[in-house]
Amino acid sequence: MPAAVMEIEHVNIKIFAKEPVEADLAGAIPMFHRWIQESVTPELLVDVADYRHVPSGPGVLLVGHEANYSLDLGGNRLGLLYNRKTAFPGEAVEKFKQAYDAAMQACALVEADPAFQGKLKFDLKHFELIVNDRLLAPNTDETWEALKPEIEKFCQAQFGGAFGLRREGGPRERFRVVIESDAPVNAR
Amino acid sequence: MKASNKYWRERLVERTSPHLVKELDVYESEISLKKQGKIDDKIFAETRLRRGSYGQRYDNGQRHDGRTTRQIEYPSGELTKGPSTLFDAPGMQRIKIPFGGLNADQLDTLAELAEEYSDGIAHVTTRQDIQLHFVHIEDTPTIMRRLAAVGITTREACGNTIRNVTGCHLAGVCQTQVFDVTPHAKACSRFLLGHPDTQDFGRKFKISFSGCKDQACALARLNDIGCIAAVREADGKLKRGFEVYVGGGLGTVPYQARLFEEFVPEEEILPLAQAIGLVFARLGERKNRNTARLKFLVNKLGMEEFKRLVLEERANLPYEDAWTSYLKDIDTAGEEPLKSPSLVQISGAQPKSFKQWYRTNVYEQRQNGYATITITLPLGDITATQLRKVADLARTYVKDTVRTTIEQNIVLRWVSGADVAAVYAELDAVGLAAPGAGTIVDIASCPGTDTCKLGIASSRGLSGELRTRIIARGMELEEAIRGLHIKISGCFNSCGQHHVADLGFYGVSRNKNGYTVPHFQVVLGGQWGENAGAYGLAIGAVPSKRIPETVDRITGRYIAERLEGESFQTFIKRIGKAECKKMIDDLTQVPPHDVDPSFYTDWADAREFTTGDLGVGECAGEVVSPFEFQITACEREAFEAQLSLEAGDTGNAARLAYGAMLNGAAALLRSRMVTAGSPDEIVALFRTHFYDTQLFFDPFTGGKFAHYFFRAHERAGEKRSAESVHRLIEETQLFIEACHSCYGKSLQQMVAV
Ligand code: SF4
Repeated sequence: MPAAVMEIEHVNIKIFAKEPVEADLAGAIPMFHRWIQESVTPELLVDVADYRHVPSGPGVLLVGHEANYSLDLGGNRLGLLYNRKTAFPGEAVEKFKQAYDAAMQACALVEADPAFQGKLKFDLKHFELIVNDRLLAPNTDETWEALKPEIEKFCQAQFGGAFGLRREGGPRERFRVVIESDAPVNAR
Repeated sequence: MKASNKYWRERLVERTSPHLVKELDVYESEISLKKQGKIDDKIFAETRLRRGSYGQRYDNGQRHDGRTTRQIEYPSGELTKGPSTLFDAPGMQRIKIPFGGLNADQLDTLAELAEEYSDGIAHVTTRQDIQLHFVHIEDTPTIMRRLAAVGITTREACGNTIRNVTGCHLAGVCQTQVFDVTPHAKACSRFLLGHPDTQDFGRKFKISFSGCKDQACALARLNDIGCIAAVREADGKLKRGFEVYVGGGLGTVPYQARLFEEFVPEEEILPLAQAIGLVFARLGERKNRNTARLKFLVNKLGMEEFKRLVLEERANLPYEDAWTSYLKDIDTAGEEPLKSPSLVQISGAQPKSFKQWYRTNVYEQRQNGYATITITLPLGDITATQLRKVADLARTYVKDTVRTTIEQNIVLRWVSGADVAAVYAELDAVGLAAPGAGTIVDIASCPGTDTCKLGIASSRGLSGELRTRIIARGMELEEAIRGLHIKISGCFNSCGQHHVADLGFYGVSRNKNGYTVPHFQVVLGGQWGENAGAYGLAIGAVPSKRIPETVDRITGRYIAERLEGESFQTFIKRIGKAECKKMIDDLTQVPPHDVDPSFYTDWADAREFTTGDLGVGECAGEVVSPFEFQITACEREAFEAQLSLEAGDTGNAARLAYGAMLNGAAALLRSRMVTAGSPDEIVALFRTHFYDTQLFFDPFTGGKFAHYFFRAHERAGEKRSAESVHRLIEETQLFIEACHSCYGKSLQQMVAV
């Protein structure tokens, strides 16, 4: 693996919402404020930013110190995005797992929130993995070759054998892989 | 902080000038020293501000979460990056874009930075800058290195420096321009950046270049130096130059720039700016930042004396080649199109949405066959993906001729007529084809309480709400009101430029029913055109949640009652401020909390509005306190002052405004059981109880509003010009706002006790 790729940090996981989505994102504003009041995540939470006015934008964003959470509309597709900002110790696989677990737990909180109950469900086996650092992980074949085995290892542990990986985006975009699986999710 | 920061320097060193590499190395070590506690807070704060790294709301580590004020326990603990500014707290990075000019590579880099270091959004400001929010201070040197590699600097984007030099986004392609001011704006920006004569200011300094007098593209008259293109005939030849205005500025009390010289030849414009800078550095206020802008100096010295000093300074300046070197190839150095000219082709097959967009967002250039396309950005926000798309369009259709605008949009210039429909389709695919550029729906707003430390009410929240409602009702299609400008500031500091809007709003708060309630002052009478030709005045504060109704009512009345061809400003003038106020009087009421709690939260924020430690204390029950009665009477007096001014009775207007201040001070004194009789006594007791104790002080402006009162008292009975009375009324309104907040603070203290 190239030196820089070995050091990857800032893993993002976006778990897609199941279609059709009937929920109004306005409900995310009081929900995220409650998350701050009740410190529901391990990260230090700071503030809420409302970007619903931006087409295909960050939607409603909960800004934290170690990570941001958002109900994100990027790519014109609603999903729960976990954006890791500070470093997380361990091998690449551990970083993927940490981000995925955090996103999955956030999905459970959103689904159970009174504003979204019954109106918003996430497909935990259909998500994007992004490395938010173009220098450590440019969206190139080289990075793909280096990281694919690590992503497979993570998926293997999470879903067993049945999963598909698809690298997406052009060279100017961040390294992004879409993961789909039919297997049951191991941990929740 | 990004793990890759350590690699970027090496990666970019070849693409960055050695001078900049060194400068950024120094900045990086200053951050390390700050971490070790080896640099003083104030010094480090000015260091980062000069590089555009600004503080953001809650960076003192405290935030009211809707229930209680909580400490934000950052990992770096008490470590700071400025006075009361925690090191780990997210900040804002401002990026200077002189005259708004951007190329495709720069757009790509901005997209990368927004994604990797911020929240995925780049925000276009009313000075054509780009801002990234929620940035960690330790990422800023890398951000600056990546920007430097594509020719962008953040240097002097904040702090007491020359801010981004603005210019018309249509310069060079405009139908009404006298000439293209782009080269002059560009040269001015380069020449003054880091110039030794501009490094020692007591306050920020703003310059703008406008291609003509009638339009508003560069708002010359609200800048410290506003240059408007002009030509003169000399020896049978037309000579380029500028009509120069000085001492403009919005802020708490706005000043319109005053004419300095009707014609300054173009070769003299840079040395003149340099000489003005020198006079400002030498004689501008330093101790009290509230009176440190150039507008106060010009006012203090008078134009004649100011001009004399500037010309004296100019005469002594040693010659600099940069004053004129850019003029050598000015006639050949303009922008070039990528495609051949062609007529716009609109077929019947185009969707209705295209036609609507075409009507408001496509401008026919002075060059036949080319158009400038405005990309309307809601609240000035654009995503990284959208920025990359704009970069693609810049490469495919227009040869890098992209600019940001002071209306917080982006324009693509030199689009061949044949490509307009294709560009529309590509913009539409990424959500960038919203119509309504420059119309009532294109609302400008400052960051307000979203991210600004000084914000009182949510200007962006209100902006988003108004926008949604206006679009839903198709108001931007209503001919009469389509062209109106709405501008919103989160507080009296006017970053949203509310003074020059048709409908302006600025955030204030009111204590009602024992709670603090977000409000906006409604400002009418401003003029956007003619380079910000007139400033409006506030007619009354309305609860935030009733502002949409306020807009409906005022615009509805205008649609129904305007005379043929009557502009909005003329209409407001004709019906008069008293009638305007009557129109909104019932909207100023706040229902009790148990009837409608929504009034006690702000737009797009679920938390109860700044109730903080106040809550519903017994001492602040449901009864209206005598203070509230008295302060309401002061507001009425201040409003009557406006009416007198409108009627041309400046003497009475000044008397009423001063009287309102006196009564406001007396009301505060009475709230502390102190009774005063004569004006001298009120002033003296106010000084003892509220000024000397700093109870009246605002955390950011200190005792500024009390000084307005002291000055008004000193000048009571003096004959004043209409302009000076206009300013006195502004100051009175701000003094009354400060009385409101001082009273609110006293209540909080009582509850705490
Ligand atoms: S007007 Fe007030 S709230 Fe808005 S950006 Fe300026 S200081 Fe902040």
